[in-house]
Amino acid sequence: MSKNAKRIAVIDYGAGNIGSVVNALVKLGYRPTVTDSVSVILKADAVFLPGVGAAADTMKSLSAAGMDAAVRKLVECKKPLFAVCVGLQVLLTATEEGGNHKCLGIIPGKVRKLPTGLKIPHMGWNQVKQVYTHPIFTGIPDNTNFYFVHSYYAQPQDRSVVAGITEYGIEFCSMIIKDNLFATQYHPEKSGEPGLTMYSNFLKYALS
Amino acid sequence: MVKGTSFTNLRDAGDPVEQAAFYYREGADELVFLDIGATPEARNTMVNVVEKVARQVFVPLCVGGGLRTIDDMRRMLQAGADKVSINTAAVQNPGLLREGAAIFGRQCMVLAVDARRSDNENAAGWEVCTHGGRKPTGINVLKWIEEAVGLGAGEILLTSWDADGHRAGYDNELNRAVSELVAVPVIASGGAGTLEHLYQALAFGRADAVLAASIFHYREYSIRQTKEYLAAKGIPVRLQ
Repeated sequence: MSKNAKRIAVIDYGAGNIGSVVNALVKLGYRPTVTDSVSVILKADAVFLPGVGAAADTMKSLSAAGMDAAVRKLVECKKPLFAVCVGLQVLLTATEEGGNHKCLGIIPGKVRKLPTGLKIPHMGWNQVKQVYTHPIFTGIPDNTNFYFVHSYYAQPQDRSVVAGITEYGIEFCSMIIKDNLFATQYHPEKSGEPGLTMYSNFLKYALS
Repeated sequence: MVKGTSFTNLRDAGDPVEQAAFYYREGADELVFLDIGATPEARNTMVNVVEKVARQVFVPLCVGGGLRTIDDMRRMLQAGADKVSINTAAVQNPGLLREGAAIFGRQCMVLAVDARRSDNENAAGWEVCTHGGRKPTGINVLKWIEEAVGLGAGEILLTSWDADGHRAGYDNELNRAVSELVAVPVIASGGAGTLEHLYQALAFGRADAVLAASIFHYREYSIRQTKEYLAAKGIPVRLQ
């Protein structure tokens, strides 16, 4: 089957740098649809949830667009979903950012501020330790560097969802996998060839 | 943790789209486009370049050197830049930093500072220069950077105009003074002539990253060679 017979949706909720995610998918030979339509998203074969900025603002934008319910539904029916950066953070129960804000609650746990002492935001390349083997890591050596820009990190209660670990002052969860939900604190679309490989692996896995 | 980011400044670098793709393939960790020119035509040209580069380069892109307004910044970010760098415009209107950080996030806001050693009483140590390093302002570099970080600058691109172009090493007293002053990343620029200079800026200047233009532009060293050199000196770098 050709790469374009499948529907790939990139959620546009009026925030986040969706352009670079789209550029990466186009480079891989796919033709993603950028959309703010809940029905298009629910009909897609694979969905991307990009994110840049503050988690509380992102939650507000998602709710305003009716996307909070859509994302919950995607996860419920185990639709392949890839969430990036703040897209990962909003999956948890709540975030400390800007006080205490409720998030989607799909992954039980909290989003906490990185400890002081190191430069914040944590901005730059850092290694991701793979907790176990998974097709998403095919062709990506353990401890490969990916690009990070964040001041907060996710702390899931259930450690079994933690697929990647990174050290920056503390060891934190830099990747979550739960069934067909994949989420990275880092930006694969800004992480050079290993990042493109990860998106490619996700789509091969999701669309097979 | 990787600290030694290799930046590539695409000033005067032939076809910028081709150059960017070349440096990306070579393993640059981030690309910085500077001196894009202050005219509307120059900015339009740059928007096209950024759009083309963003389709084939998958590392962070920073653009600066002629941006005056929030609108200028927005156009570059929409075209595919991840960060914008402002210099003279921020000195003239520091509120731009606060406004830009509120709209785009502080991780997008790079403050470029051109510093020159000075005996000026108010600017003891180093003085801020604007207009491409030509115009001394009488403003103290350390005070300005502290204020700018308070307003919303998320990263400092620090160029020594005493060292720039001399290829005799960075001003590491300056780099160190700034790195120890603020809690945001500092990129050292100006003066690289050898790989040892890059190492010194990271190790003694305590810079979080180094920018080098001419040593890469004239192909004296490749990015891979540079990273291998730094890795051998114990600096964590990204080799892929």
